Amino acid sequence: MTDTSMNDLMKAKMIGRSEIEDLIIVPLFAIVAALILGALTMLATNVDLATIGLSYVALLKGSVGSLSAISETLTAAAPLILAGLGLALGFRAGLFNIGAEGQVLMGGMAAVITGFTFTDLPAAILMPMSLLAGALVGALYASIAGWLRVATGAHEVISTIMLNLIAYRLLDYMLRLPFIQKEGRADPISKSVPDAAELPRLLAFIDPNLRVHAGIFLVLVAVAVVYWLLFRSKLGFEFRASGENPQAARYAGMRSGLIIVLAMASAGALAGLAGANQVLGVLGRATPGFSAGIGFDAIAVALLGRSHPIGVLFAGLLFGALEAGGRQMQVDAGVSIDLIGIIQALIIVFIAAPLLVRAVFPWGFRKGSRQTEGGQ
Amino acid sequence: MDIELRGITKRFGPVTANEDVNLSIRSGEVLGLLGENGAGKSTLMNVLCGLYSPTDGEILIDGVPATFDGPGDAIRAGIGMVHQHFMLVPVFTVTENVVLGVERTGRFDHLDLATARAQVHAINDQYGLHVDPDALVENLPVGVQQRVEIIKVLFRSADVLILDEPTAVLTPQEVDDFFQIIKALRDAGKALVFITHKLNEILEIADRISVIRNGRIVGEGLPKDLTRPQLAEMMVGRPVSFDVVKKPFAPGGTLLETRDLTVLRDTDEIAIDHLNLTVRSGEIVGIAGVQGNGQSALIEVLTGLRRATEGQVMFDGQDITRTSVRERHRLGIAHIPEDRQTVGLIKNFTVAENMVLDTYYDARFSRGPRVDWAQVNKVSAGFVRDFDIRTPSVFQAAGHLSGGNQQKLVVARELSRETKLLIAGQPTRGLDVGSIEYIHKRLIAARDEGDGVLIVSSELDEIMALSDRILVMFKGRIVAEYDANAGPVDKSAIGLAMAGAAA
Repeated sequence: MTDTSMNDLMKAKMIGRSEIEDLIIVPLFAIVAALILGALTMLATNVDLATIGLSYVALLKGSVGSLSAISETLTAAAPLILAGLGLALGFRAGLFNIGAEGQVLMGGMAAVITGFTFTDLPAAILMPMSLLAGALVGALYASIAGWLRVATGAHEVISTIMLNLIAYRLLDYMLRLPFIQKEGRADPISKSVPDAAELPRLLAFIDPNLRVHAGIFLVLVAVAVVYWLLFRSKLGFEFRASGENPQAARYAGMRSGLIIVLAMASAGALAGLAGANQVLGVLGRATPGFSAGIGFDAIAVALLGRSHPIGVLFAGLLFGALEAGGRQMQVDAGVSIDLIGIIQALIIVFIAAPLLVRAVFPWGFRKGSRQTEGGQ
Repeated sequence: MDIELRGITKRFGPVTANEDVNLSIRSGEVLGLLGENGAGKSTLMNVLCGLYSPTDGEILIDGVPATFDGPGDAIRAGIGMVHQHFMLVPVFTVTENVVLGVERTGRFDHLDLATARAQVHAINDQYGLHVDPDALVENLPVGVQQRVEIIKVLFRSADVLILDEPTAVLTPQEVDDFFQIIKALRDAGKALVFITHKLNEILEIADRISVIRNGRIVGEGLPKDLTRPQLAEMMVGRPVSFDVVKKPFAPGGTLLETRDLTVLRDTDEIAIDHLNLTVRSGEIVGIAGVQGNGQSALIEVLTGLRRATEGQVMFDGQDITRTSVRERHRLGIAHIPEDRQTVGLIKNFTVAENMVLDTYYDARFSRGPRVDWAQVNKVSAGFVRDFDIRTPSVFQAAGHLSGGNQQKLVVARELSRETKLLIAGQPTRGLDVGSIEYIHKRLIAARDEGDGVLIVSSELDEIMALSDRILVMFKGRIVAEYDANAGPVDKSAIGLAMAGAAA
């Protein structure tokens, strides 16, 4: 064989039509189908057509229609992307981690405590330190489930759900502890973090109400790091091998137990970072249930993004846009924000059922491309 | 019923699976269709049973042209296919499975199983199938499940039966029974197409043989006029040597030694019972035995996948009883696992990724925490070339390769690093002749270069062809040992030992 044929062997495959259909056309049609079903839902509940039109205009306006809308979209997307990256990493390693919500809470709490405890430190130290504390505690909290799986065989779905419940109640309990609760308050609310611990707002010089903060840089770095980890590093290779085929990974000499714990820890670190991002960038303190379901929405984001860092980035931006736009929808058209939750869920249903999307929108797909071809 | 295929061509886009195939299938006759994996046998038969429509050419049934718009048409025309992978509902009885899809129902959708049951009985008696119509399919051995598939086809009044690699899942004993059934069907006037890549079987059972290669019929003839080497050459496209050429036996020092090794199964039964064996460098030791006598456990304990309960494993003078899988790789133990599909490689990973599945951490392929993928791809492309793995690129998913090429991939990965001992479980199971020849050559090359080789195989012919020493395993012990270099080994003696006669 010649050198040319060696080069042929190493020529990367062109992205084929079926990949494009799978990665772009299916999600796109899923969104369209969800929006249509959302409109039908409104129609069925006696919302007139004009209001429905108005509400979708508001959805667009509130998500990308102005600088403030974009700022809100990015603010809402940041924690979803961070936690979604963590979940995607776990999925790749074959771990169905439902515990991002709890990890967000524990990470956020750790960031708040670090922030208001070391008030004397300058921002250059305190802010990264608080973020790090969030990531670290998130990682530790998630590794409990990893360790239980390795040591006892307890399935991570069950243990992470239970750890979520524990995290909720632990948060409520801690928020009433004297050294955490804000002085002079009877309700459970933590002390506020000093400015030095906060992620600075990026566009405050234009309008102090623009909430987009430095957390979006954290997001971009996290996307790059997770991409590198999964597809370029030895550890990521082990994660993916164990996720695809744990037995083959074991035969290849990979240590499955260690890999499970490390994968859970990495996922928890990213979820913890999402929590820290919320308290340091948006809220400034911890309140009961401050996670607001980020950890659960992030599951949808990770699935929508096909557990790929770039996919998670776009899926997170979409969900952020829906959230920001949904608020505008409520204001302009008086449609409940719950509808946005319905639309988000419908998108996931359609993504999970690509055949349904193909059946509803046959013209977007090459005919018969699902059929197995070229078998011997 | 006679069927003529005339000039059948089937293309999938740019790929031509069958080109200008002419074939005649006659009642009362077994047509053997011989070809390697990927030669186009299955596509051709899928055309015949209506799953694909041909790009060109025609099908004549008793001289009348027929077109099939789907499998239903072919079944109505009397053509039935028994697939390699059974399509049965495990929790249903035999009768329920047989009627599935063609149930006769009475008033209020009442299912008339009694008539069906009687019909199954009749088919049973007519062809000597011996299948209990009331047995649950999940409780039946594989060989009997296959007969249920045949009953299904006969129940639908098929006159032409296409059998796709029917013996792949059967034990030698079951193959004998199966051949009796084929003969009974033939004598009853059915037309049969027997698809296989196994030379012995086709010579034994076929009345006529057609050989297919690269989608074309490359040879036809009667079994009495054809020999194994001739058939193999037609099938592979070049002469295939069945004789194994080895360098003179020159064993070195002891490489692997087990001392009173005892291993338990997951169920705490004894899998290996105080077993002692040695493998020297430069020799091939073959372990013969009926499946389930501890061979799998032996491989697992030698490669570090299973813990020894008692005893020791020594390798190169070092106690490795408690050493990890990875550490054993590093010491130079290579492992070609029994089941390449589930543990030997990862189907969704690319060829390149699979090529470094157990060496990615090595200094050749990594820089600190990073895998050097450019280097991996380059080295993999070299392996693909050196080991003749048929793949369009190293980025192809391993699951898309044929069985033979998957096994070559595993062999390439294991043999391309510094090895001292090679442990191979069923290294050629399910492979075509060309791949088997190739894998055997590689195993012998490893021995000739001074590696110790331990082969576990249920194919006695393979063990006898390759081994310098043959050990017979029975109930977790070595019960007999034969020196193949001292003179011809008596095959029936080994067979008796495998059955426990020497224990």
